[in-house]
Amino acid sequence: MNITEKILARASGKTQVSPGDVVFVNVDKVMVHDVSGPGVLAVFEKLRKKGMVIDKVWDPERVWVAEDHFVPAADKISAQNVVLLTNFTKQFGIKRHFKYGMGQYGICHTLSHEEAMVLPGEVYVGGDSHTNTTGALGAFAAGLGHTDVAYVLLNGKIWFKVPETLFFKINGKLPDHVMAKDLILKIIGDIGTDGAAYKTMQFGGTGISEMSVESRLTLTNMTTEAGAKSGIVEPDLKLREYLAARGVTKYDEVHGDTDAQYEKIYEYEGSEMEPIVAKPFSPENTAVARDLSSVELDKAYIGSCTGAKLEDLQAVAKILKGRTVKIRTEILPAAMSIFRKAMDTGLLKIFMDAGVVVGPPTCGACCGAHMGVLAKDEICISTTNRNFPGRMGHVESQTYLASPLVAAASAVTGKITDPRDLK
Amino acid sequence: MQPFQKIKSIATPLDKVNVDTDQIVPKQFLKLIQRTGFGQYLFYDWRFEKGTPRKDFVLNDPAYKNSKILLARDNFGCGSSREHAVWALDDYGFKVIISTSFADIFYNNCFKNGILPIQVSDETLQKLFSTKSEIEVDLENQSLMVDNVPILFHIEPYRKKILLEGLDDIAMTLLHEDKIAIYEKSHKI
Repeated sequence: MNITEKILARASGKTQVSPGDVVFVNVDKVMVHDVSGPGVLAVFEKLRKKGMVIDKVWDPERVWVAEDHFVPAADKISAQNVVLLTNFTKQFGIKRHFKYGMGQYGICHTLSHEEAMVLPGEVYVGGDSHTNTTGALGAFAAGLGHTDVAYVLLNGKIWFKVPETLFFKINGKLPDHVMAKDLILKIIGDIGTDGAAYKTMQFGGTGISEMSVESRLTLTNMTTEAGAKSGIVEPDLKLREYLAARGVTKYDEVHGDTDAQYEKIYEYEGSEMEPIVAKPFSPENTAVARDLSSVELDKAYIGSCTGAKLEDLQAVAKILKGRTVKIRTEILPAAMSIFRKAMDTGLLKIFMDAGVVVGPPTCGACCGAHMGVLAKDEICISTTNRNFPGRMGHVESQTYLASPLVAAASAVTGKITDPRDLK
Repeated sequence: MQPFQKIKSIATPLDKVNVDTDQIVPKQFLKLIQRTGFGQYLFYDWRFEKGTPRKDFVLNDPAYKNSKILLARDNFGCGSSREHAVWALDDYGFKVIISTSFADIFYNNCFKNGILPIQVSDETLQKLFSTKSEIEVDLENQSLMVDNVPILFHIEPYRKKILLEGLDDIAMTLLHEDKIAIYEKSHKI
């Protein structure tokens, strides 16, 4: 069995599972945020009306809550939703609630790794499609709808059909001007936005062993954009060090067997990769960044669970150091812990010297909700994960998805720019 | 949920690929916490311009008023996992969505809310897009009747059962979870 099959077998108490089997798995962790939380509570309400008594969740220790989409409160309704979440965690005794304005908080997927909320070998579900991100920690991580999350909260279990696995073997290290974002955009461009529908995308090979955990998280994060059920990377020394730095050393790793089966194996030569950009209006609509050098931009956005981890901010700082931006540019670290590290290591000074606005962690503009949305016909280059029509604001605005290096270089020139071409 | 009945209706052709859940229900309506009444926001940015219905959008075509079937292209429901998308389709009146492929979370969400998503081949979808007559959806027999020609479709037995019997998925799984895996296994196609 491969790692995904072994995790699902273990979680369902079976010795063997195969793709296509339906398994009831015990869930280790479940997450809700300020969009799915109120949605889940609406489902609870519906069940209560039918006479079901809901006065506890299955295990408050395994539930955690993030405030990310509409904080800082975008308007009265979103403020009210945060109150709802607070009442919910109080009522059900849920202690891990990362509250805006009270120390560590941030985008849920970023907290999942920054706070080591999920451990290798675990089954993790969340009420958000990019829950896949956390699979880079060697866990099975998948997004669910509100009704399913409500079910898990009550029951601690969920049924899955064991997915087929597509294995992406990356040979050799990526060049310095190329980031994991370029690689995953390249892959999505190749297989399409439903190329991995209901499948797991597993990443391995020397290119992955060479890659930091944060880079791997960028890959798994965007498996959602290929329609994948989950994304995963097998645990290794780098992951153990990453978790140890967060005070976690005890967990039960799962590794694929030597004769693990994959539906298909794709191979990529890391050294041959180059900066890639996804044009509007789909992540699969990819082009080589250099071929888009005539595209003029209105804004650069560096944020989100995809592109505002510490490493992403470091890449941006490398470009912005001693330069100034030519277009409106925003940098929103994905969690307060990252914000602090950016401050402590001098990155914020570089950003502010370059003329950039630095803002608080939020999903805000990535999903076009608030905090800097786009006007009609505006064109943005963004380190985020989606560029569907209207994703970041007006339905006739446009978003180009790029790596932090490309986004920063483009912020400096005002046009889409390969970092190698920056003078 | 109400048991899923045979449905005969004209089908609304939404000729777009990769329709994501933000097109189905734009983000500004996600903050609303009630579970009902989302139909008015369905395809909001395509359907309305400054609050007025856009004549060029198919849902505003009187020919498709009261349609219960939505025809869509590849990868329908991709993007955000928001269940509001399904709530809006249901509230608007769509009970069946037919496409060549659906995004996974959206597909799952449909069954939790009594909507039947049907996956068909390119060729079948083309046929459905080109017919002017009503389509009959018979879940019991897993068939679509189009211009007097039946077309069979596949659905997992467990999902078919919950729709046909109108079982609430949560209630159902709480009661029968051990049996579902066995049921599913014995009905594998």
